[in-house]
Amino acid sequence: MRTLKFLLQKEFRQIFRDPAILRIIFIMPVIQLLVLPWAADYETKNIKLAVVDHDHSAYTRQLLNKITASGYFILNEYGSSYRQSLQQVENDKADLILEIPAHFEKDLVKEEKATLFMAINAINGVKANLGGSYLQKIIQDYNSEVRTEWIQFPRFSPETQIAVTSSNWFNPLMNYKYFMVPGILVILLTMVGTNLTAINIVKEKEIGTIEQINVTPIHKYTFILGKLLPFWLLGMIVLTLGLLIAYLFYGILPLGSFFTIYVFAAIYLFAVLGLGLLVSTYASNQQQAMLLSFFLMMIFILLGGLYTSIDSMPEWAQWITRFNPVSYFIEVMRMVVLKGSTLSDIRNYLYIMMGFALFFNGWAVISYRKRS
Amino acid sequence: MIRQTNTMNAVEVSHLVKTYGKKKEVLALDDISLVVGQGELFGIIGPDGAGKTSLFRILTTLLLADSGRASVDGYEVVKQYKEIRNWVGYMPGKFSLYPDLSVAENLNFFATIFNTTVKKNFDLIRDIYVQIEPFQHRRAGKLSGGMKQKLALSCTLIHRPSVLFLDEPTTGVDAVSRKEFWEMLKRLKQQGITILVSTPYMDEAGLCDRVALMQNGSILSINTPQRVVSEFRNELIAAKSQKMLQLLEALKGYEGTENAYPFGEYHHVVMKKGFGMNGLKSYIDKVSAIPVDMVATEPDIEDCFIALMKDE
Repeated sequence: MRTLKFLLQKEFRQIFRDPAILRIIFIMPVIQLLVLPWAADYETKNIKLAVVDHDHSAYTRQLLNKITASGYFILNEYGSSYRQSLQQVENDKADLILEIPAHFEKDLVKEEKATLFMAINAINGVKANLGGSYLQKIIQDYNSEVRTEWIQFPRFSPETQIAVTSSNWFNPLMNYKYFMVPGILVILLTMVGTNLTAINIVKEKEIGTIEQINVTPIHKYTFILGKLLPFWLLGMIVLTLGLLIAYLFYGILPLGSFFTIYVFAAIYLFAVLGLGLLVSTYASNQQQAMLLSFFLMMIFILLGGLYTSIDSMPEWAQWITRFNPVSYFIEVMRMVVLKGSTLSDIRNYLYIMMGFALFFNGWAVISYRKRS
Repeated sequence: MIRQTNTMNAVEVSHLVKTYGKKKEVLALDDISLVVGQGELFGIIGPDGAGKTSLFRILTTLLLADSGRASVDGYEVVKQYKEIRNWVGYMPGKFSLYPDLSVAENLNFFATIFNTTVKKNFDLIRDIYVQIEPFQHRRAGKLSGGMKQKLALSCTLIHRPSVLFLDEPTTGVDAVSRKEFWEMLKRLKQQGITILVSTPYMDEAGLCDRVALMQNGSILSINTPQRVVSEFRNELIAAKSQKMLQLLEALKGYEGTENAYPFGEYHHVVMKKGFGMNGLKSYIDKVSAIPVDMVATEPDIEDCFIALMKDE
């Protein structure tokens, strides 16, 4: 016990004497939490629209007003040549071309139908997809408006229409920040846990002090615990800091209890610290440790459900996410913060995370050897 | 704690073999056997790559040998490694301190992980530590080379080891510090600590009680420095001239020359049996016009090692 105390004392001294590490631990999460949620927004806005109008009628003006009033589109070009508008797309000045044929109004009034043409720049798939469907939705709306204008006395409806209204549970305003901030916090916690532990131990390998430790009678469990505990504590501090920022800057207060979050985070941190430990037993220098944990982080983030929904991934990718501890914590965070889930709701996640912690740490302890 | 010793010998090594590489193609230790008595200052001399470090790492339980047996303080290195780790002090060639901890913190740390305190064993390191005490609040990374080495030795000694392994402690250290270091070792020896020290410098061999000469993973000889010298039987001549390079070539050309090599400001020439200085002198006069100074000289330990290594 006395040895462990001294190990911890030494570890904390080293951490607090390294200004770079302190900066990484405290400033990085703050900045990332302040910047990322604003940028990592799913809503596609500012779609640049080019309109090719061959009709120039009151109806087209009405339609265009409706489109620009939606707030999603910026009317960048209003001309009468499709070729010219295509040029704009090529120069990346337009994402969408809407072509309104000549006699649009006349056809609509006389024949009760008209055709519009839409060309979409599909280089940015998300933008194209969403922009296209937004525009379609607006045109549909417009269509029904025009209809109601004509049918003065709706004695009967010529066509059956199904209207869908939805209400967004748990996040009524569909505020993406409520959704992103807890997720980003998880990623930050994972980075602090995995990278710092891995690099710290590998650094001892590099300067050779680990050799000194190995010839001493110190037990390897004591040594490993002495490495894990400081970073576990730092992780908890980062979590506290992150939750504070979420409240102060985004007004996010978890619907569930802080206690639930901390209990899960405590176990989660042991799992990712174990992973860092595992990386360190296989890497022989800091570059290797860095690259390896960077590689793991990429997979964790992209297959963790932070940016893309896990349910829409192909089945094989969904299988991978099941082995990704990050995906569980992101899910739990969102459940607790937005839905107010309690410990018993996340019971299964807790068990899975304990499994991860045991697995990673067990593997690391077995593969860490005091002699070769 | 009372140290128990169950044998007279501090270190016993018999038929130790260690290879590296997947196909065991690198032979680091080739059937090594040696015995070091309690309280001995034992030197292992050999060029880089002789296998000194591998031997030390096996004895300090950091490395497993392929075959053979070894024991330290009567404890077997494979089965009783835990015991050995309590009583052994190991200072690797690249001794590492925590550069971001201060001198006192480093010392304290190493004392604690051996379950002891600096106070308890301070008498052992006092002589060494007083020299670095003025800098005790300085970070270890900011110390000069000689200071680092003294701190490293203090850290290695702080748990009062019974056997001390020093792997090339004087490599990269200036001549004055080297001398000081050997004086420190002599004082430690008086405290009853067995010391195994490896070095590539042959002139340090004379300072040990006994020396083993190692080359390519084998031990060429184990003896006291005096005996090593007295076993040198050939006539030895020191030669000097204005043009040393040409002289060396000329000396090597003589039929009676066993070996010739630069030695300080002279060249040393080892004569074959039955040849002497006069013959060499007339040969040199004949083949080159260089004026040469020649004197018969007493071999020192370096000459002996050069001769032994040439025989291999």
